[in-house]
Amino acid sequence: MDEEGAQIMVRLTTPRATRRPGSAALRRRLSQAVLYVLVTGGALLCLFPFYWMVIVSTRSSADVFSFPPPLTPGGLFPQNVQSLLQSLPYGRNYLNSVLYATSVTVLMLFFDSLAGFAFAKYEFPGRDALFTFLLSTMMIPYTVTLIPWFIEMKWFGWINSYAALIIPSAVDAFGIFWMRQYIAGAVPGELIDAARIDGCGDFGIYHRVVVHIASPALGALGILTFLGNWNNLVGPLIIMRDPASFTLTVALRTLVGLRLTDYGALMAGTVLSVVPILLGYLAGARRFIAGITAGSLQGI
Amino acid sequence: MAAIVTTPRPRRRALASAWRKYKWPYLFISPFYISFLIFGLFPLLAALYLGFHSWDGMSAPHWVGLRNYVRLLTVDQFFLQSLANTFILGVMCLVPKLVLALLVAVAINSGLLRGKTLYQVLYFLPIVTSPVAVAIVFLTIFGQRTGILNYVLAGVGLQPVRWLVEPWTIKPAITLLIVWHEVGWYMVIYLAGLQSIPQDIYDAASVDGANGWRRLLHITLPMLAPVILFTVVVDIIGELQVFAEPFVLVGPSGGPDRQGLTMAMYLFQNAFVGMKMGYAAAQAYVMFAIIAFLSLLNIKVFGRSGTR
Repeated sequence: MDEEGAQIMVRLTTPRATRRPGSAALRRRLSQAVLYVLVTGGALLCLFPFYWMVIVSTRSSADVFSFPPPLTPGGLFPQNVQSLLQSLPYGRNYLNSVLYATSVTVLMLFFDSLAGFAFAKYEFPGRDALFTFLLSTMMIPYTVTLIPWFIEMKWFGWINSYAALIIPSAVDAFGIFWMRQYIAGAVPGELIDAARIDGCGDFGIYHRVVVHIASPALGALGILTFLGNWNNLVGPLIIMRDPASFTLTVALRTLVGLRLTDYGALMAGTVLSVVPILLGYLAGARRFIAGITAGSLQGI
Repeated sequence: MAAIVTTPRPRRRALASAWRKYKWPYLFISPFYISFLIFGLFPLLAALYLGFHSWDGMSAPHWVGLRNYVRLLTVDQFFLQSLANTFILGVMCLVPKLVLALLVAVAINSGLLRGKTLYQVLYFLPIVTSPVAVAIVFLTIFGQRTGILNYVLAGVGLQPVRWLVEPWTIKPAITLLIVWHEVGWYMVIYLAGLQSIPQDIYDAASVDGANGWRRLLHITLPMLAPVILFTVVVDIIGELQVFAEPFVLVGPSGGPDRQGLTMAMYLFQNAFVGMKMGYAAAQAYVMFAIIAFLSLLNIKVFGRSGTR
């Protein structure tokens, strides 16, 4: 402290700081320029694989592995899609992924927000113990339950069925925690009391009041859930046996590692699976990142 | 006699009135506990049971005691290798991922750059795509013989590397993929942490004459320490279960010399390819023990930092 105080005194009393007024500004400019170059370079590195994906999807495999490699897109996208459709029922796989990710998201948002509301706004015996228990289940890694879960699905006759992927994922601890934290802070108790006086039942309060106020948290959780399931590999990989019931991730996986992988077709499929997600993300990115930012540090 | 008959009645009445009073919250939270019982607790106990048995998934399981565990931890070279691979890969990914995320977050938050939101959106872009899609793209970036990365290396005068063929480059290749994929996620978390540091601390430090570096070292990093710790723990737990990226990039068996074989991949191999369900269940519990240990360590550390 003393040393720093002395420094201020030096700064204030000696004319040295004012002798070269341009130098501080120049240094600021310089570090600004360096930062711009580095941070923009990093952003371009984040983008490049997407650009490369487009190049590969529009060219033949021979082109892609020629030397030097092509740096601009070609015109073979339709042909690549055609050869993709010859090796996979890709339209069907697409529909599977959409229905699977959407169903899980809708169910999970409903059950998680309902439970989050109960934990945030009700007093009931055992509440804190039940909530602590719920949090502790988040520590269980998916790998532990994977094998018996698969056997269970076999007993239920759910192999090759989307019930196996949707029903066990319809409610989860993380989402309940996420919704509880938001609802506890964002929904005033007076509003709930007022709604009750107006004759709202408990479920009415949930769907007329809580859902509306909690919509930012529901939005971010919904996107995370949709992405997580759309991108999921392990579950669909062990449950789905028949190419017509594959999700996009499993379908694309089957094309990798063939002796003669058709990279053009593979990448055309990848582009088709990634582009709608990217467009959706870019459309809502600002709000989504704001939601993640607000929620990500709740655990600390 | 009468007393015996009548005592349960008030209790039942009390229970009934409690139920009327608390019916809704219990109904609202019940789906989770029902689902956990069926799809969480049952598999958890079944895995414990299976771990002490030898089972091919069809015939009756038979008891082998601790033999699965002993074999895993002493004899099974593949398991020990997958354990080492997972930890080495974890550290190789964690350090650059978090350091880069922190540097970018500090740079974006410094106030020197415009377009903060645009940068966030761009850096976050990779994480919204699936590990499978990302691994397929990187498959062609690393190339079989040539590939775009080798083209870049040749451009700066380096020899081409057969990334997915040489055992020693398998881990760096997986690392590059995972770091690229996840750096934006941690960047956004750090940015959230940085924004929660009160501005007046910085103002006071500036008045005291602290320059950029000293503010970073003496204010930003200490204030961000809980967030950094949180990301380290979350990331380690995630890395210990890594599956999709190496599975697609180097293949189910882990590539040359199994350098890319992670614990989750080996478990998958045992359970669903080798049909050694009991053995794989034991392996799952070893992983569980490691992750639980780290989680408890985390709670301990956080508990302490909370009281400080």
